[in-house]
Amino acid sequence: MSSPVSALGGASFSEGIARIDEVALQGMITLRGDLSDPVVQKTLKPFGDGDLPAAGEARIEADRGLAWMSPDEMLVLCPYAAAAETVAALQEALGDAHALVVDVSDARASFVVSGPQARDVLAKLCPVDFSPAAFSLGMFRRTRMAQVPAAIWPRQDGALQLICFRSQARYVFDLLSVAAQAGSEVGMHVQG
Amino acid sequence: MLILTCPVCGVRAEETEFHGGGEAHLKRFGPGSSEEDFQEYLFMRENPRGVHFERWRHAYGCGKWFHAARCTTTLEVFGTYPAQTLEPPKDLRAKISKKRPGWTWRSLT
Ligand SMILES: [Zn+2]
Repeated sequence: MSSPVSALGGASFSEGIARIDEVALQGMITLRGDLSDPVVQKTLKPFGDGDLPAAGEARIEADRGLAWMSPDEMLVLCPYAAAAETVAALQEALGDAHALVVDVSDARASFVVSGPQARDVLAKLCPVDFSPAAFSLGMFRRTRMAQVPAAIWPRQDGALQLICFRSQARYVFDLLSVAAQAGSEVGMHVQG
Repeated sequence: MLILTCPVCGVRAEETEFHGGGEAHLKRFGPGSSEEDFQEYLFMRENPRGVHFERWRHAYGCGKWFHAARCTTTLEVFGTYPAQTLEPPKDLRAKISKKRPGWTWRSLT
């Protein structure tokens, strides 16, 4: 038996102005299809607590939920161990609907940036307005983080979580650690 | 700084979140076309100082293509519109006419 490992083995950085933690294994499933198709919507709704996120939104609680990626792509988050059975359940529910379901859990990495200056750390790396008014709970933003793509959302606990490609996990962790290094406060959107 | 609004996902972001895709509304000439048409299609591009129409892709965002009308000298963006169209929408052209009276671009005015 092989045991799954996350990209950086749960790396963390805590000596700076924000805390960076790699998220342990996270189940991630990509559903490609017409998100306006009633069958696709009915299939996805239970994962969004009975509702679907609109463009630029996500309905995520802890390690479960939905995130709107594009008009024909929804990301389904679920516990890592449940990914395979969730893929099967989605495919079953979709029936003949024209859609594609793929387990991408091991193709991605995820990080949590926490602490009062978490928003400033990400604002150093992305061309995004991270003020609490412009980027609030329920929103989901795909963007550029320095030189790689990332998707970011605010969590209930006030921290920000992001996903990136697994092959870029080390680059992203190093980026975040440098952006959060001690003495690098910018004081734009300090919270709490 | 060039700031674009993706008409697909609604995100407003600066240029580096997107990727330029060259001139908009090109008509493809392939096998069976005249050499002149094929040559025009392959090599001849507008390079205006002023009003321009381009293709852009929201490369780091939703990944979709769209069209943008902008001014190449001021970087003012007059508007963005869906990729699934052969010419700029009328209301956008009227808006450009208000801001840049007498503008021309290929056969458009
Ligand atoms: Zn977009």
